[in-house]
Amino acid sequence: MTPALEVVGLTLDFRQDGRALRVLDGVSFRVDAGRTLAIVGESGCGKSVASLAVMGLLPENATVGGAIRLAGRELTSLSREERRMLRGAEMAMIFQEPMTSLNPAFTAGEQVAEALRLHQGLDRAAAFAEAIRMLDRVRIPDAARRARQYPHQLSGGMRQRVMIAMALACRPKLLIADEPTTALDVTVQAQILALLDEMKRETGTAVILVTHDLGVVADHADEVAVMYAGRIAEQAAAATLFARPEHPYTAGLLGAAPGEGERGERLASIEGTVPDLRAPPRGCRFAPRCPFVISGCIAEPPPLAEVAPGHLSACWRAPLDTVLGQAA
Amino acid sequence: MGIWLLRRVGQVIPTLLILSILIFGLQQLMPGDPAVILAGEERGDPAVLAQIRAELGLDRPVHEQYVIWMSKVLTGDFGFSWRIRVPVSELILAKLPVTFQLASMAFVIAILIGVPLGILSAVRKDTPADWAANGVALFGISTPNFWLGIMMILLFSVELGWLPPSGYVPLFEDPAQSLATTIMPAFVLGTGVASVLMRHTRAAMLTALSQDYVRTARAKGLRERVVVWKHALRNALIPVVTLGAIEFGRLLAGAVLTEQIFTIPGFGKLIVDAVFNRDYPVVQGVVLATALIFVVLSLIADLLYMAINPRLRNA
Repeated sequence: MTPALEVVGLTLDFRQDGRALRVLDGVSFRVDAGRTLAIVGESGCGKSVASLAVMGLLPENATVGGAIRLAGRELTSLSREERRMLRGAEMAMIFQEPMTSLNPAFTAGEQVAEALRLHQGLDRAAAFAEAIRMLDRVRIPDAARRARQYPHQLSGGMRQRVMIAMALACRPKLLIADEPTTALDVTVQAQILALLDEMKRETGTAVILVTHDLGVVADHADEVAVMYAGRIAEQAAAATLFARPEHPYTAGLLGAAPGEGERGERLASIEGTVPDLRAPPRGCRFAPRCPFVISGCIAEPPPLAEVAPGHLSACWRAPLDTVLGQAA
Repeated sequence: MGIWLLRRVGQVIPTLLILSILIFGLQQLMPGDPAVILAGEERGDPAVLAQIRAELGLDRPVHEQYVIWMSKVLTGDFGFSWRIRVPVSELILAKLPVTFQLASMAFVIAILIGVPLGILSAVRKDTPADWAANGVALFGISTPNFWLGIMMILLFSVELGWLPPSGYVPLFEDPAQSLATTIMPAFVLGTGVASVLMRHTRAAMLTALSQDYVRTARAKGLRERVVVWKHALRNALIPVVTLGAIEFGRLLAGAVLTEQIFTIPGFGKLIVDAVFNRDYPVVQGVVLATALIFVVLSLIADLLYMAINPRLRNA
């Protein structure tokens, strides 16, 4: 089956003051229709720019290399105009800040209807009617009235629902949700994520969930890609990754995530800081912080290799069972 | 909304009252005695001066003069011009259309130049187009109106002979000739305002274009043209509209030099002549009328602001 999205060897450079800064270095991942891929990592690891690269929304000073295939179609060779027509129609995105992501000068309904008019050629009235239907589908009560309201009259959760309605209005093959619940209250977070799951089941859309929240990943992702300093560190099915992390960074993240039964205990943390991308380590980028580092790690970067069926890790020491056994 | 409007109009009354006191008071500080000017040849005769002062009520205490003037103004009576014996209200009504035409033309020119240039330089930030637009704006702000006016007369009237150098023909008498006589002064006035509008549009557009909702609009697949002219501009215009209304008020009030250069018989010329002649009722009337126009315009600006800013409309 052709994946909804396949990214192979994605590189991204930002030109700044005449110098190029490489923020993504050979990132590869794929997500199938009706599945959720979570991209996890600390801020600055490149997970948000990777999704912007897929959407074609990067600023002018960015250079993208590698392949991005949407349902088998190569995007990097398309013209700007062709890329634009795919946005909102074949792929859509929702953002972290529902408070500022909607235009304050237009009603919620108008903003949802706009995509429908553009991509499906509906007239104003038909598009607005369809927008109301979409708002109803994302569980906005009294959708017809809400459609005529402006963003400032809606709560944060409601606004994120409007964003989801807008993104899904044209039934895209791919939905990228960049930290969609980070700015919301915990109870609203759960509702929005449940809604995303439900929409994914109903429409068969592939979802990329960009987040730093491992709790969200555990509950809502099918596959997980862990990113560190512009590279993929580990990739596996969610259950496998949580049960048997095969990269020391993932293991560290899981240790650092607050879980049940640890209340009152001091949270574990990963020693050290994220490397400076202007001068990244020559070998494995996690090596300076890694408890299991050996000389080979510093000499050469490890490839992303399969350590078990469907389980990829970029670590010279994987599989980690033996290493962890030694450490214990 | 209704209550807001009432409150807003309520604020206008004390504003105008304070203004009227200021106008009246400042005028008393002006050097020169109107009686002396009016007496002309007989200014050496104290009896004549006393008689003039009594006629005009200048022999009364200042506060009494003010109360008399104000109570008449409230009934719509601005008094008579001391010099030419014509009701001030008549003078104002005669000059207002002239200045209004000039200000409107200047304002249209200012918008047509300033807003698109501002958008262009924001969209093309830090490119030669942006630098050029900023250069034009700098030129517009720093060029004195009187100099630009004289240069235009030299070029278009003296050298090329395309346009009349001065004078004014009412719009309804001969529209073509009326436009010919006002286009140069309107351009001179308009360029200054265009620069102000350009700078503010640029700043507001840069802010708008960096907002998250612009990224959302792009993520929807909208054309860049729609993103800029609809999503960003709609928000950027909110502060620019307010500024525009105030600038229009300034155009109505502040065309003094330009009207002098092009000998346009508008408000500016009326007030300058009145000041030189110590024609107090005319000065008071014109300044008060200007202030009233200004206050009404800023009220309109607020209403427009509400109309294009949904956050205020529903508040």
